[in-house]
Amino acid sequence: MNESVLKTLTVAFVVCLVCSLVVSSTAVSLRDMQNKNKLNDERMKILQSANMYDPSVSIESQFNQLEIKFVDFNSGKMLDSYKDFDIQNYDQIAATRDSNLSTKIPSSEDIAIIKNRENVGKFYISRNDDLSIDKIILPIRGYGLWGTLFGYISIENDFNTVAGLEFYSHKETPGLGAEVDNPKWKSIWPGKRIYKNEVVELTVLKGPVPSDASDIDYKVDGLSGATLTSRGVTNMISYWFGESGYSKLLAELNYES
Amino acid sequence: MSLKQYKEVVFKPLFDENPITLQILGICSALAVTNNLSVTLVMCVALTSVVCFSNLFISLIRNYIPGSIRIIVQMTIIASLVIVVDELLKAFDYETSKKLSVFVGLIITNCIVMGRAEAFAMKEKPLLSFFDGLGNGIGYSIILIGVAVIRELFGSGTLMGYEILPLVSNGGWYLPNNLLLLPPSSFIIIGLFIWAIRAWKPAQVEVDDFVLSKHSTSPDLTKRELNV
Repeated sequence: MNESVLKTLTVAFVVCLVCSLVVSSTAVSLRDMQNKNKLNDERMKILQSANMYDPSVSIESQFNQLEIKFVDFNSGKMLDSYKDFDIQNYDQIAATRDSNLSTKIPSSEDIAIIKNRENVGKFYISRNDDLSIDKIILPIRGYGLWGTLFGYISIENDFNTVAGLEFYSHKETPGLGAEVDNPKWKSIWPGKRIYKNEVVELTVLKGPVPSDASDIDYKVDGLSGATLTSRGVTNMISYWFGESGYSKLLAELNYES
Repeated sequence: MSLKQYKEVVFKPLFDENPITLQILGICSALAVTNNLSVTLVMCVALTSVVCFSNLFISLIRNYIPGSIRIIVQMTIIASLVIVVDELLKAFDYETSKKLSVFVGLIITNCIVMGRAEAFAMKEKPLLSFFDGLGNGIGYSIILIGVAVIRELFGSGTLMGYEILPLVSNGGWYLPNNLLLLPPSSFIIIGLFIWAIRAWKPAQVEVDDFVLSKHSTSPDLTKRELNV
């Protein structure tokens, strides 16, 4: 009898068992490849944010030319080591979940809605042949409309001019806020300036920058139909280049060079 | 099991019983993933493989599935296959899997898969069910590819990412139609496809649920009835 309770339970159990075995074995056997893809994707975004990505060369070898450093947000100092973390594997997003490794941002200062900021972050340096700094690449994040946008911004060696911007993860509306990925919009960023008289001035406007606007170096066209995402990007820039972000580090690097 | 029967299950869903244009199933993914041809192709392969294998496995155990839990058993099998496809995509085509994001997962709720499992695989032999899934998957793919070609070509001037119509913004002459990049445009294109197919095969035209009565003219009332 197909309809007996015992038969029903047996069929349900066997189907579930077989399906879960199939699903878990595929997941486990493909995990290495997936992680590799994810890592390569993140590294590609880092390279792209500095306009350094060359598709004809393997991502790994390009990425290995970058220097990775820790940065202590409280002092602005560059560190070579931090506790016993391996710099390649140090995950600053994971560090925000550990109260020993992060600081809660008071809500009045938390313009980008980050909640907890790690005490020590990491960033990337691209050097010229004579070992002087060519560009630095800084991770940034902040809340848009639906969720946090994660990305990288690269800065020229005057420590004020943007070299590029790239988001690797966000939840914005496709066609509107998700246009942060649009190559045309991203191409506006290089050459824009961040600080004017030591205050973060760079903003994403609502709508396009008027042709007669003053200080166009400090203004970026807004994404049409995505005012909140554009505002999120502005907030993110002003937080991360402010006092509790990278401003001390940039001042330090500027002093050194 | 004659060859003719196999031919019929594979070729009938292409145009005669197309899951999208005749049964109007699977519309949501047809709207969501068709603004770019290369993403659409991956989606078509993903859906076709899921519907083929779900039909095959469900048909293999069809005589053991108790009627009271048959939908749950079908869903379990379909969901497992979709997860496997999703994992494979993440491992072998990470870029596309990022673009397809949730839509691969949503194959689970695609009515074509459930519909074929319930309507065909629960009654027919495994191999025949597999080919029925293949036919329906290809039928779905034909429409999706057609929609994607129109949307990508006229919406962004490219096909598979290669520029066909040079855009004004890149120094060419073509001004793209942005409506085609938005999901509602697929509604219009699918509607036009349905019209074209039904004009070609009038047998698909549905009988009206009710007949409109003729416009009534004013009744021939006599002067006496009008009290004048």
